[in-house]
Amino acid sequence: MNNNIIEVRNLIARYGEKVILDNISVDIKAGEITVILGSSGCGKTTLLKNILRLYEPYSGSVKIFDEEITSMDELEYNKVLKRIGVLFQGGALLNSISVAENLAIPLEQHTKLPPEIMERIINLKLDLVNLAYAKYLSPSELSGGMKKRVALARAITLDPELLFCDEPSAGLDPITSASLDKLILNLKQKLKMSIVIVTHELASIHRIADSIIFLHKGKLLYHGSLKDAGNANIPEIDEFFETGKFD
Amino acid sequence: MIISESTLSFEGALNKESIPDIMKEFVKVPLSGIRNFDLKLVDEIDSSGVVFIDYLRTRFPDASFENISPEVEHTLNAFQGGLKDDIKQPVIPGYFERTGELIFQTLQQSRKVMYLLSDILYWSVVGIFNHKGQRKDSVIQQMLLIGIDAIPIIALLSFILGLILALQSAAQLHQFGADIYLADLISVTMVSEMGPILTAIMVSGRSGSAIASEIATMTVTEEIDALKMMALNPIRFVVVPKFHAMTICMPLLVTLSMFVGILGGAIIGFYYLDIAPGLFWSRVFSVISFRDFSIALGKSIVFSWVIVIIGVYYGLNVKGGAEGVGKVTTASVVASIFWIIVLDAVNSMIFYYN
Repeated sequence: MNNNIIEVRNLIARYGEKVILDNISVDIKAGEITVILGSSGCGKTTLLKNILRLYEPYSGSVKIFDEEITSMDELEYNKVLKRIGVLFQGGALLNSISVAENLAIPLEQHTKLPPEIMERIINLKLDLVNLAYAKYLSPSELSGGMKKRVALARAITLDPELLFCDEPSAGLDPITSASLDKLILNLKQKLKMSIVIVTHELASIHRIADSIIFLHKGKLLYHGSLKDAGNANIPEIDEFFETGKFD
Repeated sequence: MIISESTLSFEGALNKESIPDIMKEFVKVPLSGIRNFDLKLVDEIDSSGVVFIDYLRTRFPDASFENISPEVEHTLNAFQGGLKDDIKQPVIPGYFERTGELIFQTLQQSRKVMYLLSDILYWSVVGIFNHKGQRKDSVIQQMLLIGIDAIPIIALLSFILGLILALQSAAQLHQFGADIYLADLISVTMVSEMGPILTAIMVSGRSGSAIASEIATMTVTEEIDALKMMALNPIRFVVVPKFHAMTICMPLLVTLSMFVGILGGAIIGFYYLDIAPGLFWSRVFSVISFRDFSIALGKSIVFSWVIVIIGVYYGLNVKGGAEGVGKVTTASVVASIFWIIVLDAVNSMIFYYN
């Protein structure tokens, strides 16, 4: 049985004449945490946004849940999106409404659950990110780390099978970053979610990655387990991991 | 959902798709005698299912849950601890608290505006003699944006307004054979009231909103903080050029509005009431006094300061992101138009009440 939750084939992404992703082919396995990494400007976020169809690929194919999404119409793609959660880099919470209302949006729009059950689901998800006390606060009253945790709660409101996180640790202190990683690990272990994370935070990669996709100047240099990456003898990967070490 | 004696059995999935239907069924069947819930046939459960079971536990505190499969147990355990009674809503303050808060906020706001006003006035006086801390030619650039770019729309609107006022009045004046007084009416109206007010409202909508949104965006994106960290005074660097440009442009735009508005009235006088052009213009210049003209220009300068100060105040006190910028921009335009009209009324009371 095919265990791949995402299959990318010959993906090319361009901004005008500039090639950002050069013929990327990669399979992402279900039930794993896959980390897309590489130095700034290597195309990590572009790959994520191409997979999510937020950017239209120049050419190539992207399959999610075994369905080709690049040629799907909007209605079909919306069905796929209901099985996906996305945590954006800045959280992307709607500032005009409260934290609880932010979490209620997917429930109200995509389910017919009665209000009392929705209310309890919101409490449950906020508790999962340790932010039950922030339920009635406005996003503008939250710190950067809290915003990301609320955004994560919103991303998992509908129990997605696949979760995408764009730089979840960016701009966070090591403790908040570690607690967010723990949360992501919990989602994988307890809820069996498949998770794709874009990051270049080394500590975070070591804590959570099952497999890594290493990009360099738009090309795929390595895809495999984190353990084997060190033995792959790819200078760019060695340099990437060496630079972050403390002696 | 199957009921047999005191046992209610669920089957299949307990998830966000199936629960709405189950809850609809609940209304139809008698549940008072239920003592056990059998989950033997439940093969799938998500967080909605977990919450639903918790809901049943609250509704049927004496009931027991039986035959929970390891799969379901695993998901239930994953969310353990998160199931709690509703989180308390913040207490809504009472009438007196809200009134007190409003008064307190208004006083705070007034104090902040006064500080800002003094800051802007101080640095704008300093800025006349010392251009340090400002970008080169920034006043000229702002004059182009605030003044020159506003000429077409202000001229067009003033012309149309003069035309309408004259047309409406001409019919009335003609009944009494007082055609020539059209010149008096139009010139006094345009110089004392309509010219300054119309221009101030237009400038508030065009430039006041631009000032508020520009400064709000700079605040949100930490540009204001960056200026401070570069040892630059944001008021001096960003606001003073706008203040100077506005102070220079506003009286000029008001003068233009007065002239073009009277011209619009003159067209009606010439072609509708057959007033001789020479006669019309001689009436105009005999009616407009230097005092009225000076008062009008004086108040236009005050209006220009109101627009800048309110725009800057709202811009610097923005909260939130993109949405906050939109809010303060709207609020600044509403506030500046309000204060322009209030100050115009005060001006009329001071100079014309006798």
